[in-house]
Amino acid sequence: MNALSIKATDDTPSINFDPATGMLEISGRSLPEDAAGFYKPVLDWLKQYGASAKTASSLAMKLEYFNTASSKIILDIFNVVEKFSSDKKVIWYFDKDDEDMQEAGEEFSEIVNIPFEYKTY
Amino acid sequence: MKYVHQLHKTMVDNSLILVYEGEFTQEITKSVLSMAERNLDYMEEESSTKKKVFNVMVECLQNICKHTDKVADDKLWNSAIFMIAKDSEYYSIVSGNAIENTAISFLEEKLEQINSLDREGLKHLYKDMLVKAQLSEKGGAGLGFVDIARKSGQKLEYYFDPINDQSSFFCFKTKIARVNE
Repeated sequence: MNALSIKATDDTPSINFDPATGMLEISGRSLPEDAAGFYKPVLDWLKQYGASAKTASSLAMKLEYFNTASSKIILDIFNVVEKFSSDKKVIWYFDKDDEDMQEAGEEFSEIVNIPFEYKTY
Repeated sequence: MKYVHQLHKTMVDNSLILVYEGEFTQEITKSVLSMAERNLDYMEEESSTKKKVFNVMVECLQNICKHTDKVADDKLWNSAIFMIAKDSEYYSIVSGNAIENTAISFLEEKLEQINSLDREGLKHLYKDMLVKAQLSEKGGAGLGFVDIARKSGQKLEYYFDPINDQSSFFCFKTKIARVNE
């Protein structure tokens, strides 16, 4: 399985998924108009990876902003990660002054059955 | 040429720091966002306030992109307006766009429901809608107004100004309190 690497743009985050280490990172801003289109290859990769994942996976969410269309897709991503065949966790990063982002992470963690860790930057 | 001075006076009197009128696309959304962001950085606004303003702007601008209806044969109403005002207490994010009259009751119901809820109520509504959400053909999750209300913490203000039998101009205002230093 190949790594997935997508560079950030003004309205989409960078994606760095390394199947060898299980380190999966989504970082930046997510405000695309067509969130489904942008995240389709991301979801496809995760589904394929998760079906036979052997190493423990850690999904680092380092989002500065995301729009409501992205929040729906982020939930889809967590629903895929939830079904991974090996151990998994989400590390939710937020700016220490950004209560909204902290709360968003807590809400996702209440909906899906994956351990969440929180880190400030 | 007198209108230039008048327009400037209107903007100053209403504490408007940014006004955009015209077509709305994702590219223009990004430009307006980056202009507003530079403005907020320049004024050294608190980062939490800045993020709320940015978030509400994104949802408002993308709402306009997705939901501005063309009013037949009337060039004037083929566009929308977006503004940001700032006074000592609040930022106000104000938008106006043409919609079909048939959409009014749906919008009104949705906005009234949102305004009837407190912080906890909005959180539950958001989570409930998030779990059930399906992205529309236009790419929206239907969560925009609830998210705006949560980020704002204030009641949403709106007004439907009739254009003709088919259409109205939907005016929408969100306030964001500035952090008192």
